[in-house]
Amino acid sequence: MAASSAAAPPMSSVPDAYGRFGRFGGRYVPETLSAALDQLERAYAEAVADPAFAAELDGLLSAFVGRPTPLLFAKRLTKLAGGAQIWFKREDLSHTGAHKINNTLGQGLLAMRMGKRRIIAETGAGQHGVATATACARFGLDCVVYMGSEDVRRQAPNVRNMRFMGAEVRPVETGSRTLRDAINEAMRDWMGSVETTHYIIGSVVGPHPFPRIVRDFQSVIGRETIEMSRKQFGRLPDAVVACVGGGSNAAGMFYPFVDHPEVRLVGVEAGGRSGQPGDHAASLSYGSPGILHGSLSYVLQDQDGQTADVHSVSAGLDYPGVGPEHSYWHDMGRVEYTSVTDLEALDAFDTVARNEGILPALETAHALAWTAREAAKRSPDEIIVVCLSGRGDKDAAEIARLRGLTADGAKA
Amino acid sequence: MSTTTPARPIDALEAIFAANRAAGTKALAPFVTAGDPDVETSVAVLEAIAKAGASFCELGVPYSDPIADGPVIQASYTRALGKGISLEGMFGIAREASARVKMPILAMASYSLIFRRGIDRFVADAVAAGLAGFVVPDLPLEESDDLDAACRTAGLALVRLVTPTTPPDRAEAIAKKSTGFLYCVSVAGVTGARIELPAGLIDRVKWLRTKTDVPIVVGFGISDPDQVRAVAAVADGVIVGSALVRRIAEATGQPREAMLADVSRYVADLAAACR
Repeated sequence: MAASSAAAPPMSSVPDAYGRFGRFGGRYVPETLSAALDQLERAYAEAVADPAFAAELDGLLSAFVGRPTPLLFAKRLTKLAGGAQIWFKREDLSHTGAHKINNTLGQGLLAMRMGKRRIIAETGAGQHGVATATACARFGLDCVVYMGSEDVRRQAPNVRNMRFMGAEVRPVETGSRTLRDAINEAMRDWMGSVETTHYIIGSVVGPHPFPRIVRDFQSVIGRETIEMSRKQFGRLPDAVVACVGGGSNAAGMFYPFVDHPEVRLVGVEAGGRSGQPGDHAASLSYGSPGILHGSLSYVLQDQDGQTADVHSVSAGLDYPGVGPEHSYWHDMGRVEYTSVTDLEALDAFDTVARNEGILPALETAHALAWTAREAAKRSPDEIIVVCLSGRGDKDAAEIARLRGLTADGAKA
Repeated sequence: MSTTTPARPIDALEAIFAANRAAGTKALAPFVTAGDPDVETSVAVLEAIAKAGASFCELGVPYSDPIADGPVIQASYTRALGKGISLEGMFGIAREASARVKMPILAMASYSLIFRRGIDRFVADAVAAGLAGFVVPDLPLEESDDLDAACRTAGLALVRLVTPTTPPDRAEAIAKKSTGFLYCVSVAGVTGARIELPAGLIDRVKWLRTKTDVPIVVGFGISDPDQVRAVAAVADGVIVGSALVRRIAEATGQPREAMLADVSRYVADLAAACR
């Protein structure tokens, strides 16, 4: 064989030492936070090298979270779609009802390794806030959660649950009063508390090393899916689908698959009311490279670089940016990103509720809407796995409100 | 053949520190948000503070998501953006003010805005507007090579920041790269007036002084003449931001002349504390 150049590094070999996923990622933060991010990077490297860390986290994921979560055949939804087999990876069965807990337990353990006893977090849908409050209660850490006041209204059950577990929920009144503003406020808190406080960011966003750490903690989803697919199907699925706001469940699901080019990966963003600016939150579908919350990624922004207002019926997808690794996968063509409207997601919520006996989160309903549509076009030999990232109890009241139903779900 | 070097935008800034050193005085640098309450008033405020004795100033460029800023400056950015201030508008304010007064003006701009416009274009626009340089609060050392190179070529200052959480060896590395001056952030936290100077600040400035020859200017949390005097005793200059932005905001509804007179008095008192 002729002396050839080395094979291209695998798609999974990111980020580099500067937190770069191709051209994306990095660390664009005030100097005040630099030392804490360096400390976090060191603590994470040490934890990864320490078998006791993995053992402790695995023990919690098993007995506290209930992992592994099952891979369920969605029999009636498959029949209804009339094509490919649809399977659900049941993250909704995780303790606290979503995948978010995988990350908060991991980061909670890291915080304790760094000797930090106060935790802050942002939350949109409230799932990350609940998962953070849960980890803090379990570990005996102080917990403050920043949440946009619009989201406090939309996701009241989660706010109540956070408070039950001893967390302080601070409503954020600035800007659009949603997830983006909650991240701003959490960052500002961290600017003044960084020496004693760890910020558990809830998605694969933010400055290096957060996107990598959150992806790694969430990758248990994809690893289990690979293992179960081999056991249950004798092969990998043909396609894997997840919803994308910041993109943590999608990153955790996709990452173990990116080096398996035969598996089609599809991320579904929030198409909102329309493709017009301000009407959606589909950063990869409509955005451009920019810097938001400490990393370079696709951002919905105006000509000057001011962050655009966004909309989604789903509080967890209502975010003008996306994790830098998704931008990388997008530019490399490894993952397809598409979007689904509010109405399509609401329809999918109904369909899955009535045909599968599962109330999916509105975030997840975006992935389900695309999957049902796509399955119809595919052969019954094909297998599509959807990351059923969370349960929809938190959305029930808001859905009733949107439809003009009474609080008990009856027609008004 | 001429051997004179053409003037660089940073020259006027460096000349101020040189003159201060010779005279034993210190620099006072107010911070003003571009376009708050409106473009025309911003120009008038810059003119007023220059006449009141400001040595140079920071022009805050409104950004939608300023994570290093406390409530006062955030609110000023929100107001200015609500009035439709754009980057063109900000450069226009700088251009207009620098035509009227000699006071060097530095843009305090998020790297999000610089990246979006493109470094080369942003730098060219800054030079054309008469700006002396930039303070970029969310651009750490590791990410700054491209902007650094462009600023050096254009002769613009790229002021770096050190904070109480910066480890000593890193602070030295940052100081080495800083041009114009080194911005010593007084507290770990966001911008905003504070009642007392942070413990350890004076010692930190003294330590920095042993590590670098670049002028050291202290900002964040400083709002009254006593604080300015205490800091100016050890540093080369003092930045006052939120307290001034608040005064301008509270004057909304008053005649502009009254607001300008109030701002001038305030800046003159602070400037006197630097002499």
